[in-house]
Amino acid sequence: MEARPTVHAAIPPSADLVWYSARRPWAVIDLTDLWRYRDLVAILALRDVKVRYRQTIIGIAWALIQPLAQLVIFAVLFGLLGRTPVEPSMPFVVSAMCGLVVWQLFSQSVSGASQSLVANTNLVTKVYFPRLVLPLAAVLGVLVDFAVGMALLAVLMLSFGVLPTVAIITVPFFVLLTLLVALAIAIWLSALSALYRDFQYVVPFLLQVAFFVSPVIYQTSALIPATWRPLYALNPLAGAIDGFRWAMSGQGHFPWLTVGVSIPLLALALSTGLLYFRRVERTFADRI
Amino acid sequence: MTRPAVRVESLSKCYRIGSREPYHRFSELLLRWGRRAIIAPREWMHRARLGAVPNGNPHDPASNHFWALKDVSFEVHEGEVLGIVGRNGAGKSTLLKILARITEPTAGRFGLRGRVASLLEVGTGFHPELTGRDNIYLNGAVLGMTRKEIHRKFDEIVAFAETERFLETPVKHYSSGMHMRLAFAVAAHLEPEILIVDEVLAVGDPEFQKKCIGRMGEVARSGRTVLLVSHDLNSIATLADRCILLHAGKLLSADNTATVLNTYAESLHRSEDTVYEDAKSQNSPKVIFAAVETSSPGNLHLYGRPLRVRLEIATPRALANARVSFQFVNARGTPVAHLWTFDSDRPMLRSAGHHRLVCTIDSPRLYMGRYTLNVYFGETVLRDICPFEVSMREMPRELPWQPDTCAYLEDASWEIHDVPTDSLEGAHGSKHYYNEAIITTK
Repeated sequence: MEARPTVHAAIPPSADLVWYSARRPWAVIDLTDLWRYRDLVAILALRDVKVRYRQTIIGIAWALIQPLAQLVIFAVLFGLLGRTPVEPSMPFVVSAMCGLVVWQLFSQSVSGASQSLVANTNLVTKVYFPRLVLPLAAVLGVLVDFAVGMALLAVLMLSFGVLPTVAIITVPFFVLLTLLVALAIAIWLSALSALYRDFQYVVPFLLQVAFFVSPVIYQTSALIPATWRPLYALNPLAGAIDGFRWAMSGQGHFPWLTVGVSIPLLALALSTGLLYFRRVERTFADRI
Repeated sequence: MTRPAVRVESLSKCYRIGSREPYHRFSELLLRWGRRAIIAPREWMHRARLGAVPNGNPHDPASNHFWALKDVSFEVHEGEVLGIVGRNGAGKSTLLKILARITEPTAGRFGLRGRVASLLEVGTGFHPELTGRDNIYLNGAVLGMTRKEIHRKFDEIVAFAETERFLETPVKHYSSGMHMRLAFAVAAHLEPEILIVDEVLAVGDPEFQKKCIGRMGEVARSGRTVLLVSHDLNSIATLADRCILLHAGKLLSADNTATVLNTYAESLHRSEDTVYEDAKSQNSPKVIFAAVETSSPGNLHLYGRPLRVRLEIATPRALANARVSFQFVNARGTPVAHLWTFDSDRPMLRSAGHHRLVCTIDSPRLYMGRYTLNVYFGETVLRDICPFEVSMREMPRELPWQPDTCAYLEDASWEIHDVPTDSLEGAHGSKHYYNEAIITTK
């Protein structure tokens, strides 16, 4: 009964059918396709934000409580210790808040985005869209919390008399740098988590390590010995946080070393991440 | 002649048996890498001799691979509705998933003309915590609409779903019917050139179903192409212009709907599981055999002929108050008849051993279509067993029989009187028609 439909054999293959077949394993990410789905990115990001604060009493204020609590804990801790790991000219609270705002942006992006494929299994197995939409949306959704953190930071800076200088115009650059670092890591982790469930447990652990090896509650210039700094600069988040702190407060100087090392590293992580993601993207629906 | 909107060429998809996920854990992957480092050089040499063969040779029947789809080719023209039929595991869903670009084929290729929207599930992406309004945007975007498009059609969608009053209510408070209506309303307002639909019409209340089927018809008439999978052959018969039949991943036939559905019905009835069989149990009484004895071989039943249902029950002990019943369930999943026998009606199963229960329906009135049995015995229910089909083949009438006209036919008599205009009492010249009479004259 191998009756193949022969009826249409006479029709010449037409030119404007778009053909799909098994893809080459390694391919560059298709940006035009991604751009076509930009509305989906925005709507999914909005969904994440709405769902996060629905059915909570204080709603978005939760975005304040986390960094505030951390801030208080570390202020008390270093107060007891009698010494704060920041430059003398900088109030500890302002320095730490700068770090925490960026840290919150980074850690929420990474943890949200790295789970984004697994959390949206129902979408991945039922509809087509570039899978990169999911980690992107997760990262985008975190910006709302970041805005709240920024407002808190502004209040703290004013009350401690730290006024921004012209350096503040570089803030978007460092925010973007943080987002890209988060994205680079999250793309790797989201793909790996979709394929190997082990990575669900790895992410919180990695974040905890990252918190202490990044200048969140301390300043690189105040704590890390000069001889170690080139090695320390290998942490791409170090440049972003140091830079952000400099941009907000205008104190210290542009962290040339850390940023200079960060950017090529970031480019490497992002491009390999995108390649890997693209490679395994094809099998998500079968394996997730 | 219209152009093809979908063209499928030698499409194949290979899965690994056992798990869809070959390596759950990273540790297993590490182990595999280790093993590979040892084996790989040998394998490469082997492969170099044989030519390139995919990893874990799927051509080797002994290997743990199976082809969900094998060398399938067909075409669908613009404005055509293609029904895809086949049994469970025939590869229908795999085919749709490939065409919807959710998963990639292992080999072969397919061409699509224009935008594609897939509806493999109603309400994909719905979030229970969000309001109806939010979910319309969310679901629309997931299905490939832009925000502008959704905005433009928003009122229409809401009107179609009939949920205006609950637009600001979280969807988790919706009844399942409302949920379904809202979800389908969004899907119904997609405007892709190609629409891929899986089994979604089988849900929802009949009234709304009708609305959806109507809408699907409209979609097709407006020049869009629809690919439709459904177990409900009646809706396929109503909607599809042409059908393809898949069996075990292969294309068995591609033809006009009636021909393919016939082939399918025949192939269905040739299969073994038209009867139900189970092993005896030492501990509990159970149904060990069930069969519908139809008028024609292959579980095909011609309307009006006697139908027999045979159940065999083995019990390790005598039963008091045994009850056995069964339902005929139509293709939409609706039970249309319920028949039973209780110990209180006629003593039965009062001794240990093997018992046979035969229920004869002299003149069943089940309307054309596919049916299965649900058998109830004790605490157990056997669902969807003994598929059979009722055919009107022997019952010609002036108008062709349409599927889904009704659930059953009733015997009735008609009296036709000529009423003289000057007298209202005259019963002269009356003619008697009996449905049965019409049906049996052939």
